[in-house]
Amino acid sequence: MNLRRTGAVMHKEMRHILRDSRSLAMALAVPILMLLLFGLALSLDVDHIPTFIYDADRTASSRDLIEQFRGSKYFQILGYPDNYDAIDKAIDRNQILLGVVIPPDYSRRIGAGKAADVQLLIDGSDSNTASIALGYAQSVVQSYSLALRSQGQNHKGGGPSQTSPPVDSLLRVWYNSRLESKNYVVPGLIAVILMIIGSVLTSLTIAREWEMGTMEQLLSTPLRPTELVLGKMAAYFVVGIVDLSISIGCGVLIFQVPLRGSFLLLVFTSCLFLFGTLFWGIYLSAGSKTQLEAYQMAMLSSFLPAFMLSGFVYAIESMPPVIQAVSYLVPARYFVVILKGVFLKGVGLDVLWIETLFLAGYAAVVFFLATRRLKQKIT
Amino acid sequence: MWERIREIIRKELIQSLREPRLRFMLFLPPILQLLIFGFAVNLDLEHSKIAWMDLDNTPESRDLGAAFRASRYFEVAALPDHEEQVQDLMDHSRVQAVIRVLPGFARDIERGRTAGVQVLIDGTNSNTASLVSNYANLVVAGYAAQVQAEQQIQRLMARSPTAPVSGSVAQVNARSRVWFNPDLRSRNYFIPGVVANIIMTVTLMLTALGIVREKEIGTMEQLMVTPIRPIELMIGKTIPFALVGLIDLVLVTSVAILVFHIPFRGSALLLLACSILFLMTSLGAGLFISTVSNTQQQAMMSSFFFTMPAFMLSGFTFPIRNMPPAIKAIAYVNPVYYFMEIVRGIFLKGAGLQAVWPQMIFLAVFGAAILGLSAWRFQKRLD
Repeated sequence: MNLRRTGAVMHKEMRHILRDSRSLAMALAVPILMLLLFGLALSLDVDHIPTFIYDADRTASSRDLIEQFRGSKYFQILGYPDNYDAIDKAIDRNQILLGVVIPPDYSRRIGAGKAADVQLLIDGSDSNTASIALGYAQSVVQSYSLALRSQGQNHKGGGPSQTSPPVDSLLRVWYNSRLESKNYVVPGLIAVILMIIGSVLTSLTIAREWEMGTMEQLLSTPLRPTELVLGKMAAYFVVGIVDLSISIGCGVLIFQVPLRGSFLLLVFTSCLFLFGTLFWGIYLSAGSKTQLEAYQMAMLSSFLPAFMLSGFVYAIESMPPVIQAVSYLVPARYFVVILKGVFLKGVGLDVLWIETLFLAGYAAVVFFLATRRLKQKIT
Repeated sequence: MWERIREIIRKELIQSLREPRLRFMLFLPPILQLLIFGFAVNLDLEHSKIAWMDLDNTPESRDLGAAFRASRYFEVAALPDHEEQVQDLMDHSRVQAVIRVLPGFARDIERGRTAGVQVLIDGTNSNTASLVSNYANLVVAGYAAQVQAEQQIQRLMARSPTAPVSGSVAQVNARSRVWFNPDLRSRNYFIPGVVANIIMTVTLMLTALGIVREKEIGTMEQLMVTPIRPIELMIGKTIPFALVGLIDLVLVTSVAILVFHIPFRGSALLLLACSILFLMTSLGAGLFISTVSNTQQQAMMSSFFFTMPAFMLSGFTFPIRNMPPAIKAIAYVNPVYYFMEIVRGIFLKGAGLQAVWPQMIFLAVFGAAILGLSAWRFQKRLD
């Protein structure tokens, strides 16, 4: 291997990148676009659930229950229809998500000391929102029921006054105490951004040389495959590092995501991950005759798994076992663990060494594969 | 004119289907994409791993433990007894939450004071965390109701041991009924969305890269010296990709129904009609990108800048309801959002023409506008 020749390839590639100012601008805009989209717009938090309440009872006690719903910040009562059909229609038209129906015998049953039912109708199409909304509605009814009982108890029993429930849960949340979506989306996003820049962008570089016929020219020089791979990689590594700085900077300064762990560890592991993704892009590129093919392969094998199987938004524990097994092959999975660990948990290498080791191993293996594939293609 | 268009379509079809590898690339990615999405995108929570730390160790606290074990949402994965162990479990993400029963739990219950149960949650993933806290609260509240009912009956018995016991107490139960997706399976919600997304990415990318490729390798010049007119070239170039898009639609919908058992309650014909309307938009956008790009790399990046926001602001996983007003405004002019509504409506709600016509009109107007704009630019660039 010759450093001067590697340097020359890097120089050539850098000029390619810098000359095409539009591609360069877009490469740098990718992290900004992704961060803005995910950081500002996307939130899975559920509040202000649009709700209709149909009160068929119309008594003081049913109004008491309605008051509980009105007092909760999770519900936004859009109307009080006086029939069932209105709820029906409103759910059909996506106007409301939840319908609460208080039956006509509600206060009579409570007065008689029996159990009264309240019906909750929910649009389940968006199952995540629906189950969270249902949880809130159930806990409103449940806590009202508990309060009602303790009232009855005091009234009847006259025993020790107890207006609070006998057992209560005290919630404490670690690492992301206000449960903000952005705190977990933004760190994971760095893995996705580096994957796009690393694999998808690089996958086009060698395929382009094949497609345009300039590969023949490169082959007639004394350049060796290792040098070509390293030179190409080095040029895009610079782009990746710039993107990484933009992502970390925006994440910490604009989105105020806490960076609790070591900055050095973050940079070190990011570089390892970037090496792996860049070599993977070159590996795909070396085997593709056209840029379209290389692009398709890169999307399928890098962006999609990094987005879906890395645990960045979609929790890996909820996936079926086979998919969980597949996710162990996705390098982004390990990187996402590191990112969340360093950003939110503030843990160091003592916890994350396995993941770091895996990233290093991945980079080495893919480098070897890429060089070998290029050699095979050339000869 | 039609003859010339036919020739281009023929050339284009031969070109894209000639190589078995390329043929493969047209139809395999959509299916793989659907499979990955279908299996991986799951926001439901079941068997969440928790640690159970019982510092009280009385029959009462063990009852509560049994209630957690019996819930299908939780799985007790560890029984720590020191604080360091708790820290370790949470740092390594081995458990999602730690339930800690403090000493004096049983005593507080007996004395009629509120006994506390600490629920310590890993908030890293805020969505999972809020589901976990919801479910934990329900388990605890359920247990509290049970304790209260027992206490009440005991008191009633103590007051009048001879009188007939009316053990019944007023209570309110919530009976929930879930529409359209009764098992609350997130798959039923996501997969129709993936169908919409796949059609967009495939057709947009193929059109953009297909045209720019001719420019980049110089065959565009050759086409230009033939008697083919720009408009003919454009039609001839887009129709094959529209066909590929429609075949992908059938393919992906079949996989959704057969493999994932997604209910398909509406009309297939309506879905096809709406897809054709939507194809106008995605082909138009692809064409537009091809007019502003000179290399495939540029075309690819530009497509990314179009598809990524279109996809993210379509309500696919992230509800538009939650977005800030400015972003909401963008989402409401996003054609993918309307197509997503249609596809979900047809799949899950069995929506008919009377329910989706407003969205269809929007798609038609938007599609015609972007297709017209691109055609104009395309012609101008070639002249």
